[in-house]
Amino acid sequence: MTNLAVLVPVALFLGSLGLVAFLWSLRSGQYEDLDGAAVRILIEDPAVEPNRGSPDGHSLDGQ
Amino acid sequence: MSCCAPGAEGALDIARPAGPTPEEVRLASRRLGDGLMQTDLSVPGVHCGACIQAVESALARLDGVIEARVNLSTHRVTVKWREGTFPPIVETLARIGYPAHLLDEDSGKDETLSELIRAVAIAGFGAGNIMLLSVSVWSGAEDATRDLFHWISALIAIPVLAFAGRIYFRSAWNALRHGRMNMDVPIALGVSLAYGLSLYETIHSGPHAYFDASVMLLFFLLIGRTLDHVMRERARTAVTGLARLAPRGAMVLRQDGGRDFLPLSEIGPGMRLLVAAGERVPVDGVVKSGTSDIDCSMATGESTPQLVSAGATVRAGMLNLTQPITIEAVAAAKDSFLAEMVRLMEAAEGGRARYRRLADRASALYAPVVHLTALLTFAGWIVVTGDWHRAITIAIAVLIITCPCALGLAVPIVQVVAARRLFESGIMVKDGSAMERLAEIDHAVFDKTGTLTTGRATLENAEEIEPEALRFAAALAAHSRHPVSRAILAAAGPQEGPVPHFDSVEEIPGHGIEAKADGSTWRLGRASWALGRNDAAGTVLSQDGRMVAAFRVRDTLRPGAADAIHTLKAKGIAVEILSGDGCGPVAEIADRIGVDFYRAALLPGDKAGHLAALAASGKKALMVGDGLNDAPALAAAHVSMAPATAADIGRNAADFVFLRESLEAVPVALDISRSSGRLIRQNFALAICYNAIAVPIAIFGYVTPLVAAVAMSGSSLLVIANALRLGNPAPSKKAGAGQFSARSKEPSPGNSDTLGPSRKAPLTQLQQGRAA
Repeated sequence: MTNLAVLVPVALFLGSLGLVAFLWSLRSGQYEDLDGAAVRILIEDPAVEPNRGSPDGHSLDGQ
Repeated sequence: MSCCAPGAEGALDIARPAGPTPEEVRLASRRLGDGLMQTDLSVPGVHCGACIQAVESALARLDGVIEARVNLSTHRVTVKWREGTFPPIVETLARIGYPAHLLDEDSGKDETLSELIRAVAIAGFGAGNIMLLSVSVWSGAEDATRDLFHWISALIAIPVLAFAGRIYFRSAWNALRHGRMNMDVPIALGVSLAYGLSLYETIHSGPHAYFDASVMLLFFLLIGRTLDHVMRERARTAVTGLARLAPRGAMVLRQDGGRDFLPLSEIGPGMRLLVAAGERVPVDGVVKSGTSDIDCSMATGESTPQLVSAGATVRAGMLNLTQPITIEAVAAAKDSFLAEMVRLMEAAEGGRARYRRLADRASALYAPVVHLTALLTFAGWIVVTGDWHRAITIAIAVLIITCPCALGLAVPIVQVVAARRLFESGIMVKDGSAMERLAEIDHAVFDKTGTLTTGRATLENAEEIEPEALRFAAALAAHSRHPVSRAILAAAGPQEGPVPHFDSVEEIPGHGIEAKADGSTWRLGRASWALGRNDAAGTVLSQDGRMVAAFRVRDTLRPGAADAIHTLKAKGIAVEILSGDGCGPVAEIADRIGVDFYRAALLPGDKAGHLAALAASGKKALMVGDGLNDAPALAAAHVSMAPATAADIGRNAADFVFLRESLEAVPVALDISRSSGRLIRQNFALAICYNAIAVPIAIFGYVTPLVAAVAMSGSSLLVIANALRLGNPAPSKKAGAGQFSARSKEPSPGNSDTLGPSRKAPLTQLQQGRAA
């Protein structure tokens, strides 16, 4: 009985943690473009893109 | 076919409907505040990661663009830019081979979907945890432990009922308030009674609580409802992503000679409007100056362009082909031809309004029977035992066990799977009832121009013409939008070597194209004009009045048209053609595809009237059409279908929109609809079988929560498994429908340009050759 008093709340807490995480990801728009998300991972990041208009390309680090 | 060949699709393709003008884009942009503007565009050409990268990096390089983000699922791109810069977004996209167009509605977030997904998540959480506790109870937890578990379950179930159950309570209340019955009424009743009974049992330390049943039921049903919504939404975005054909505004000539681009709603009678070649006439008007050829196929169904000059009447939706004209508006947009069609559509009460959905019909039969059974069970136990508590418990158990979990899933799950199959075949379906209605048809009515034919002409005698003459003709034809020119251009194929050089090229409306090169005059066009003789007919190419080649063109049948008609007839469906075009061309097409019954030169009202007459005589007719003039008939039909190239209003009126060119879409949609109808009936039979077994058990009081959970989950799974059988295409499928196989590339929603890749090649090459 005493171990149940610990285990049941733990189970409920972990479950609600998952629920909250899901609702957060839903709200932040992570399910809006599932097809796009699947292929974006294959797009290579552009090699450190220098800030346009500044020929030395340092202004990115400067800020 | 590789989906990604940026640039190869020919940015300068004049045959393609022109994209939105910068003025239209500016009108459609939204102000975000902080000096930012946002433009949402539909870009049907994006298909993969490389497309995303190409589009995003090209747009990001433009001055003033802050961010460009592609949504691959909806084929849209959102561009944020600084106010006052107006980067050439559409032009850039066209240049890299991704033609874009504006979206009709504001692409806001889908609130219903978010609510459904949230409800599924909460119901899933509740169902999982309650089931965890219930399994412990079933496996022998007793006394205080069981009571504790019941209390925890009761607590978890409260937010589930409040949040996830709300969707059903709301819908059931709406139905009851209007004196109707739908499937949600027994569901809402079953769920709330199960909760109430369980709470009572828990308070009194009873052994049986049905919290798991009530929450699991909601969870299963919500999954079905969410999938249904996702499928419909996907079809809807694909249809709204199609290029809009009606202009959004027009160039107005002011009294002082200046020009203003005004949105359509601000254009009133008496204004003078400039309609450039390649633009559609925005409102009904009278030509004031200029002479041009007008393509009326979208408005009236006539396949041959008409010559108009000062004094002629033009109607909204007609396409100006050759020369710019100035018109004086005689009606505002809301009173124009289009508005007349809308009025006719509203007057035509279609099958949609009369039809009662299968699920509603089933629940209207089912709910009274179930509720009556529960009542009789209650009365029976009172009479036999006189024990009120026992009688109520058993009556509620009957309601729980008959709660139409399987029945609630029977229809939506089949329709989700069917809609998915249709989607893979490039057919968008607006709602589930459309499939039910399509399965019933015994008549099919087709429009001709743009539906049975592609609205383009093809050159019939390309082999007889000398290659050199054809090459010359194609170079001339490249300067014109006239259907015959485009046919010649398409027949000429990819050009190699230098393109003939002309000193001057001029298009003369109603006659053809005249060009001067090396001192001689070339003419491509009407024979009587090109040869200077009145007795000549047809289209010819001439050099200084001497005939070089004669061209014969005819209407191109939509691919698969003859097969589709044949298949429909083999299925015992009567096929007719209703056309606004003249008798000659209609008879010819009817003959070519083997249709015996046709009517020509019909007005829009006549078409709608014919369909209303069919409906009145008890026939259930499918209407397939594309033009503005078909819209009332589409609304009047029992069920309707339109190609992606149809007028905006027709696409909105139709229940199905097919995105691929082939007319095979019609029999494919019919097949899928019929087999989904069969599966729905099988599912009903399964649900009834389940009830026939479970209800006696419940009536005699042997139902425990465990029995209820097993029976409900079992029957739901059975129904879902049966629905999934539709997912496998029948092996006896015709080989000709190869392009409709599920394996084929996802359809390109909005691929509304009517030229296939093979036909695009020559255009591109020619254009590039000319530019060089």
